[in-house]
Amino acid sequence: MKKKVYAFPNKTTPGRPLIFSPKRCTGCNICVNACQVDIMIPSPVKGNPPIVLYPEECWYCGACVSLCPRSGAIKLNHPLNQRVRWKRKETGEHFRV
Amino acid sequence: MDWNELVVKKGLPRWPYPVRYGEEERISADVLVLGGGIAGCWAAISAARGGAKVVMVEKGATLTSGAGGTGCDHWLNTPNPCSRVTAEEAVEWESDFNGGYVNGISRYIAARESFETLLEMEKMGGKIRDTGDEFKGAPFRDEKTKFLFAYDYESKYHFRIWGSTFKPALYKECKRLGVKIYDRIMATGLLTEGGKTGEKVVGATGIHTRTGGFILFKSKAVVNCMSRYQRNWSFSTEWKGISSWRPPQIAGDGHAMAWRAGVEFTLMEISRPSSFGSGYSYPGYGVGNALNTWVPCTLVDANGKEVPWVDRDGRALTSLADRTRPAPGQKFMGERTTVYKHKRPEPITDLEQRVKKGEFVLPIYADLTGMPEYERRVIWGVMVGEEGKTKIPVFRTYHDAGFDPEKDLLQSYLLLGGDPMRGKVLPWERTAGELGDAGGPVVDWNLMTNVEGLYVAGDALFASNYHNHAAATGRYAGRKAAQYASNASLLRLSTKQVKEEKERVYEPVRREGDLEWKEFNIAISRVMQNYCGEYKNDELLKIGSIWLEDLRENEAPRVCADNPHKLVRTLEVFNVLTCSQMILHASMARKASSRYLDFLRLDYPEMDPPEWHKWVTIRIEDGHVKKGERRIDYWGDLAENYERNR
Repeated sequence: MKKKVYAFPNKTTPGRPLIFSPKRCTGCNICVNACQVDIMIPSPVKGNPPIVLYPEECWYCGACVSLCPRSGAIKLNHPLNQRVRWKRKETGEHFRV
Repeated sequence: MDWNELVVKKGLPRWPYPVRYGEEERISADVLVLGGGIAGCWAAISAARGGAKVVMVEKGATLTSGAGGTGCDHWLNTPNPCSRVTAEEAVEWESDFNGGYVNGISRYIAARESFETLLEMEKMGGKIRDTGDEFKGAPFRDEKTKFLFAYDYESKYHFRIWGSTFKPALYKECKRLGVKIYDRIMATGLLTEGGKTGEKVVGATGIHTRTGGFILFKSKAVVNCMSRYQRNWSFSTEWKGISSWRPPQIAGDGHAMAWRAGVEFTLMEISRPSSFGSGYSYPGYGVGNALNTWVPCTLVDANGKEVPWVDRDGRALTSLADRTRPAPGQKFMGERTTVYKHKRPEPITDLEQRVKKGEFVLPIYADLTGMPEYERRVIWGVMVGEEGKTKIPVFRTYHDAGFDPEKDLLQSYLLLGGDPMRGKVLPWERTAGELGDAGGPVVDWNLMTNVEGLYVAGDALFASNYHNHAAATGRYAGRKAAQYASNASLLRLSTKQVKEEKERVYEPVRREGDLEWKEFNIAISRVMQNYCGEYKNDELLKIGSIWLEDLRENEAPRVCADNPHKLVRTLEVFNVLTCSQMILHASMARKASSRYLDFLRLDYPEMDPPEWHKWVTIRIEDGHVKKGERRIDYWGDLAENYERNR
């Protein structure tokens, strides 16, 4: 394996409150300016999705997703320890977020 | 590209906004509204309509910020033409429930003015009734007005609303009226006449959250709409994630600023264990339950056996309709109360014992599939969907993951750890501001404090709560502030006071340090858990004071911020510290226990002795903390005083 290995610190927990689709996102940064906690900064590469600089500060209000003009460009991603479950009544099958 | 990729490909990025530490900007106004949430927007609109030149300052982005930014499902406790409930009764049931510890002034203002406020919301573009006829024929709908009601379908005084439409409409109206909105500014201090504590307010200071620039506001009147304090007993970004009930950046900035300016406060000693405050909680409204937003949903156990609902006498109900109408002889029901007179039906409260006996099998689920279609669609679609923090995080996210309310039973976390509202929590993980009523500035019938020209509205008010209350009090305080401003002038800012504030706010960026804001917050919360937790006595509270002062003197100077965003986060935590110190002062001053305040003094164990049924007040005077008191009903006759002052 020739992959370069770097001295990164641990990612924050939760680490990824928002998932961007590079195909759908145009880097308009409306979401960056909607966020009341200001967790994002614009990407230094114009047209790219923003950088979530402070992921652990996200309040998960979804305002960024609501105001995004391109459906599917951002998805809210719940922390792994906070994904609610449900059961299908007819079959008894279990599902989760 | 995530952070790691960015650093590898582009190197460590410079701060993307111009850095303007120390650079000053000056702005003046007739009425300065601090906080751009529901109360702030209503105050700004009202003051502008009153002819004032209005400036509104918001730490985030007004369009969707604050607790009500992304929606609201219910406009509570609002007497209106469809209902026989009076304004006095609307205050009375809350007062009974809280043992008299309610803000009679602000709650009565809300009871009298909420309905006209709601109609104005509609004029601005908010959706307040079932204009699409989606619920024609439903028992909670009034056919003539198309209003939808919640909790008590007969008394019709809690409205179901499409609150996700409200904030954007308020924002638009602010702009239309010429309100100057300054987003991304954290208000940091109040400026007073001569720079003296307790004197008339003349303006405020702020810093830009992205550039760190310093802003000086000069104004004739100020409205504090900065909500409450939180994070005093519990803080963790790792644990809490999505479960944080209020926006995490609501840190008590308004309270700390007002305290430093000499404002008198009351009820800072109240607190309760907070299920939202724990790290075990799931998304609010996003679990199977039968409370609040989810009333009157059926709960079932793992085998589909229904968990009975009982009336206020503990008798099992036989029909769904009984869940949402008063009992024989009961005039109306409160949204939530333990007082018999206004108590609502609810699912059995001895579920845990009956689970242990084997009568019900865990886990419990909310059964929307078994509800009539109109209930299912109103709970999952109007309530969950329009309530704040539900449209995307719950309604859309669960839908995208395949949840279907017609087919699926949503997991309840009752007894499993994780129920946001009823989950058992450690008794020292408490909150005042996150959920329920909290302490705040003492106000008069103008909603003005002892600092002349400083008004308060919304959740910043002591012993009050709710979106409609924020709207109604914001509207009231705005018009009062405009009236005051029309007879006032802009006064000189004290150079000394400005200089001191400027030094204070920039300290964390000037120095090198080894601590950051998160660790400092958690240190404060540890002191509060141990010394101001479930058990209190003089000795514990004094030790708690010593250790908070120690944090202030020894650790605060080591907290540093390496960019404007972190500077804001750091200043917020210093405000958390100030509010925590206020809590200790108030706790020491109340020398009696109180069931209503969930306040247990081991050295004064008698619960609610009559001589302590009053408001305990605290404020800074001549550099010292002065304690005082007010009669429990210091506002006098509600109707009479409201009519005289409005």
